[in-house]
Amino acid sequence: MKTMLPARIKSLALAFAAAGLLAGCATSGSPKDPIEGFNRAMFAFNEGLDSAIIKPVATGYEAALPSPVRTGVTNFFGNIADLLIGVNNLLQGKAPEAFSDLGRVVINSTIGLLGTFDIASDVGLEKHNEDFGQTFGRWGVGSGAYVVIPVFGPRTARDTVGLILDVAADPVTHVHPNAARNVSLVLRAVNDRANLLPADKVVEEAALDKYSYIRDAYLQRRRNLIYDGNAPREPEADAEQVERPARAEAGTVEPQASADSVVPVSPVLVARTETAEAK
Amino acid sequence: MKFLFAFFSGLLISTTVLAQEVAPDVLVKTVTEEVLDIVRKDRDIQSGNTKKAIDLVETKVLPNFNFTRMTQLAMARDWRQASPAQQKTLTDEFHALLVRTYAKALTEYKNQTVHYKPFALKAGETDVRVRTEIKQAGAGKNIELDYWLEKSPAGWKVYDIEVGGISIVTNYRESFAAEVRNSGIDGLIKLLQTKNKSGDAASVKK
Repeated sequence: MKTMLPARIKSLALAFAAAGLLAGCATSGSPKDPIEGFNRAMFAFNEGLDSAIIKPVATGYEAALPSPVRTGVTNFFGNIADLLIGVNNLLQGKAPEAFSDLGRVVINSTIGLLGTFDIASDVGLEKHNEDFGQTFGRWGVGSGAYVVIPVFGPRTARDTVGLILDVAADPVTHVHPNAARNVSLVLRAVNDRANLLPADKVVEEAALDKYSYIRDAYLQRRRNLIYDGNAPREPEADAEQVERPARAEAGTVEPQASADSVVPVSPVLVARTETAEAK
Repeated sequence: MKFLFAFFSGLLISTTVLAQEVAPDVLVKTVTEEVLDIVRKDRDIQSGNTKKAIDLVETKVLPNFNFTRMTQLAMARDWRQASPAQQKTLTDEFHALLVRTYAKALTEYKNQTVHYKPFALKAGETDVRVRTEIKQAGAGKNIELDYWLEKSPAGWKVYDIEVGGISIVTNYRESFAAEVRNSGIDGLIKLLQTKNKSGDAASVKK
């Protein structure tokens, strides 16, 4: 295994170099994706890594283990993740949700046999989805440019900073000894990938261009998560709505879209005011 | 004769009732349960027979969709650039693409159940979101699946579906716009046709 490592690093370095060369030729010109050339290269690299190693391993894992065991694995790591989800809910000022997350950890770690059963969901403590990137978004930090990170995949500039904190704070990365930590990290990654296998075929079926399909899905998904599932519909720049003079269409940035993408603070503020009103 | 009259007027009343009375949440629930019921019993669909799944979607689901509106939403500003003939072709091709995707998703069905979230129709509302959640039987997280419906003279029609916050319609906006920028409306039509043909070929293979 150790002898293989330098070769892998070398090929990784080559992939990066190739990405750097390709970065010059950006294509479709989406304002959210200024480094599209680099991103497409990284995306291709990740796809290659996935089809060569990760996906085959995940497929074998899915075939080898019965569904209840895989559910147990999912729940086990989900229980550990609930800790940081609670912390992030607290950082976002959502105390009831944070206490619910704490309650989930307590219930699932005990009655749920070290988290392998998600009893808390059965008794009505809903599982949340939070991370540091979402917390920053909630605080009003704009998403910044879209970027595809090697191995980890799609992020935005904001979510990349979030990811660094997520990894640093992740209890699993602090497991000792290192061998146990590595096994845990690999098991979690493989299990997560296995859970996504059914989605693969649907994406292949749906996407005209897989790169931009995944990109736009990621951006929509993150926007929705920051609003905790209550994101308002994106502005419709369609025919029936605005009788805009033809000249405006030649302009660089479309005014309606800019309300959302260029000033990302305002929708968050709106969301805040809405929650404040609701209380 | 009297019987026939009664029969036809009965038919007339029931279709009018269907068109006007079915609330959006009831519509979503009825259609979902009907489709899932068929999928649960159909081993062909479960083992990946996309052709059969497409037929199911075409007959049961599609009459409740407004594809012109969906295509218009995905095309955004470029919609008005398209001639009526191009709009028609675009709608047909986008329709085919979404149907195949939907059908593919059905063949991946494995014992999930659907939870319908509380819904209340406010008086005078013509544009609503019906929220559901897919509960996974085994591993995996629950998936929010929301339907956006619009009231029309022919009853409520779905014009968008959001999966975990991702609109399956507006997700095409950027790629459609990029294609139109690079090779015009006809270029986009061609791209959709090629994609649909390759998809058809793939589903025949299976």
